[in-house]
Amino acid sequence: MSRLGSYTVPDSVISATALTKKYKDFVAVDGISFEVAPGESFGLLGPNGAGKSTTMRMVGAVSTRTSGDLTILGRDPNNFGPSIRSQLGVVPQADNLDTELRVRDNLLVYGRYFGLPRWQVAKRADELLEFAQLTEKAKAKVDDLSGGMKRRLTIARALINDPRILLLDEPTTGLDPQARHILWDRLFRLKEQGTTLVLTTHYMDEAEQLCDRLVVVDKGRIMAEGAPAALIREHSSREVLEVRFGSERNATAADELAGIGDRLEVLPDRILIYAQSGEEALVEVTRRGLEPITSLVRRSSLEDVFLRLTGRSLIE
Amino acid sequence: MIDQSASAIRAQHFGAWYVTEHKIRAMRGYAGTVVATAIGTPFLYLFAFGVGLATLITQNVGPVAGVTYIEFVAPALLASAAVLVAMEEYTFGILLGLKWNPTFVAMNATPITGRQIVDGIMIFIGIRMVITTTIYFFVMVLFGAVPSGWGVLTIVAGMLGGFAFAPIAAYSATILEDRGQFAILQRTIVLPLTLFSGTVFPLTQLPLYLQWIGWLSPLWHASELGRQFVYGPTEPIWLTVVHVLYLVGLGMLGWQLTVRNVTRRLNK
Repeated sequence: MSRLGSYTVPDSVISATALTKKYKDFVAVDGISFEVAPGESFGLLGPNGAGKSTTMRMVGAVSTRTSGDLTILGRDPNNFGPSIRSQLGVVPQADNLDTELRVRDNLLVYGRYFGLPRWQVAKRADELLEFAQLTEKAKAKVDDLSGGMKRRLTIARALINDPRILLLDEPTTGLDPQARHILWDRLFRLKEQGTTLVLTTHYMDEAEQLCDRLVVVDKGRIMAEGAPAALIREHSSREVLEVRFGSERNATAADELAGIGDRLEVLPDRILIYAQSGEEALVEVTRRGLEPITSLVRRSSLEDVFLRLTGRSLIE
Repeated sequence: MIDQSASAIRAQHFGAWYVTEHKIRAMRGYAGTVVATAIGTPFLYLFAFGVGLATLITQNVGPVAGVTYIEFVAPALLASAAVLVAMEEYTFGILLGLKWNPTFVAMNATPITGRQIVDGIMIFIGIRMVITTTIYFFVMVLFGAVPSGWGVLTIVAGMLGGFAFAPIAAYSATILEDRGQFAILQRTIVLPLTLFSGTVFPLTQLPLYLQWIGWLSPLWHASELGRQFVYGPTEPIWLTVVHVLYLVGLGMLGWQLTVRNVTRRLNK
């Protein structure tokens, strides 16, 4: 908090401290702490079941926390749920558009829930259909839209109240690459306009594209926090050499590779060699008389960070 | 620029109406079916029972002489129609919003609360019942089945009957997996209640050990209440008061339980 005259201005729009959610014996979110600054694009990266969606529901002021502290836009969702929600836009993981309504009508009814007058909702709806590139589909049935269009409509719907924070739970899961890129482009525009974005994803490329800063979560806990590039620098080498020897030779080859690069990661189908220079590592591999079936040098990614931190892949 | 604090206050006051507005807009898609059913049903039933079956029934109709069979059966048929409409929303309507097409979850992501969602749905069900029972009443008039000037109140009696089934909505809100519970509900509760609620014959015709089903049945209370308005009074005033209290009480109980269950389910 900082003081500005007599007003207390929150530096962060979201502040979570030891946030916990339990369902009977199962701990879905296990004491996570993070802050999100206004205008920031913040991500929660983790595999399915990491507690990302549960965290998002608590931040969305619809799920009561078991313990810990949570402040959204300076207020506690336990006491100010509706007033906090009036300033949020929510894109849930599963589409919940009303399939009994046409495309534009979905925006109209949703806008009314924010207490907006009809004329204002109608104006916003047309602007947002334009933004979501759905103007021509205004009268279409929701079920006739493609997966990507439904997601864009859901995002348009979430923007109807001009929210201060946009929450996106797995925004591109299940979409084909082209639809994902269209969606990323739209989200990037929002980011440029200064909308605070909070998104969960298990796609490292999505996190790298859209997030200024992120936390890596696993089993309800935060494993690491930072900007994507910084996380990679901190937890991984600059490059990765991936070599395949076939499933039978994989394990034995790993012994012979010992000492090359900074670190080895043996996966069932391939071996990852973390090194400053992937090419130099490959030269060393062949010098030792090993002949991989395939080899690939690439930059380190958040996937490697996750593997390093948890010993598991993001997508299993 | 949108003034979010002002809009949040409006949502706090009128949230339930926004939910109703949403449901009405969605109903436009099947409004034709709703109206056609509301008009067609009374004609079919009043012909079948009030005209057809009535030719066989000349005695033991009601506790008072001079009441025709169609006058006796029509208020009960009207109440049944209201119950049918309400039941559709209490079962499929609730599970649609919570599970099949979770629009309640979407509503709850806005300033709208679980209570406002349920209130809005109840208002919507009320509107659907008004349409159905009003049309039913006019068809009754057409059939000459409304001797008393108070008869118009049978609309209210029928609606209270539908309202009294609200506990079913509370139950629906707890269903996680659809395993045909609604079909079972229909066969084990609604159908027996229709048969043993003094709908097409007076409850007193049943042996005493079956009459209690009628006393518990909201449909019996609603039918009897409607009959008081259509050709009554035929019972002591205290019993009429009991009908009203029983129906209102059950309805309020169901409404509050539905609010509780829906709110719990949304806050997971």
